[in-house]
Amino acid sequence: MPLPSTMTPIATNTLNAAVSTITFSSIPQGYTDLELVVNAKGATASNLRIQFNGDTATNYSRTVLYGTGTVAGSSRTSNFASIAIDAYAQLDTSNFVYNSITSIQNYSSSATYKTTLTRANSASLGTDATSGLWRSTAAITSITIFTNDSGNYSIGTTFTIYGIKAA
Amino acid sequence: MANMIPISTVTVGSSVASISFTGIPQIYTDLLVKLSLRSDRTADVDSITMTFNGSSTGITWRTLMGDGSTATSGTAQRFWVNSTTYTANTFGNAEVYIPNYTSANYKSTSIDVVTENNATGAYAEILTQLWSNTAAITSITFAPQFGSNWLQYSTATLYGIRKY
Repeated sequence: MPLPSTMTPIATNTLNAAVSTITFSSIPQGYTDLELVVNAKGATASNLRIQFNGDTATNYSRTVLYGTGTVAGSSRTSNFASIAIDAYAQLDTSNFVYNSITSIQNYSSSATYKTTLTRANSASLGTDATSGLWRSTAAITSITIFTNDSGNYSIGTTFTIYGIKAA
Repeated sequence: MANMIPISTVTVGSSVASISFTGIPQIYTDLLVKLSLRSDRTADVDSITMTFNGSSTGITWRTLMGDGSTATSGTAQRFWVNSTTYTANTFGNAEVYIPNYTSANYKSTSIDVVTENNATGAYAEILTQLWSNTAAITSITFAPQFGSNWLQYSTATLYGIRKY
């Protein structure tokens, strides 16, 4: 009997050229949640940020719990122009040390603001858990992922978005 | 098409020294392992030693751990699961996500683990283990770092995740 299709790949991008920004557009609205998986190397020790539907206004906030290997802490930003999905789990410039998994709940809702939950990791720099908020009731139709310092993602970096269906 | 596919599951009947998944198919993009483990170590917790392809070299960590009162971060292996002095019948639960396990790049992981046991001490952790090796992962082994065996009813399930 075939397994139920609860986790479906929507789009994937494996870089064959270094870039600092990736956009997934025309995201289908047929799922409950989205999951974004990144495995990356960078030209600089960058942090990753995401925006939805091209909104560059200060409609985002986040709270992060981080461990650097020596320090455990938490911080937050409000009224920001993107969600900073990591803090000390930055891109490594030598190897593919960075990974992050971001869940975006009820992305197609036209009634609620959108929340995210990210686990980001870099064994050379830190490990983080981050919650994010986009204060918009618009359904998410595009996601832009960029670096905080305009540094490039390296060739071979992978970005994949999955759709998750509720029962 | 289902894209999170169970590859193999192990349920411990009699105590075993380790749990291994070998001959992992190279047809998926990422791997996910769900663990429920209890060690025979005479202590509250034991730590999981996770090795790929039998290699114990080139492994580094970043950890963040809360014990109910304080949060600490470190670079040593602290992949805690329940052991024998914790409340009976409780197991440590963990999820290990391994992106691009067949790639020729280093292998980074994302790990979440808890040891809740309704006692005075328990741990909630987020971790990452890096294997600085470019070989494709063909086997994964989970062994107690300090104890000798995983106890009965411990389980491990390996899933493959496709991005196509």
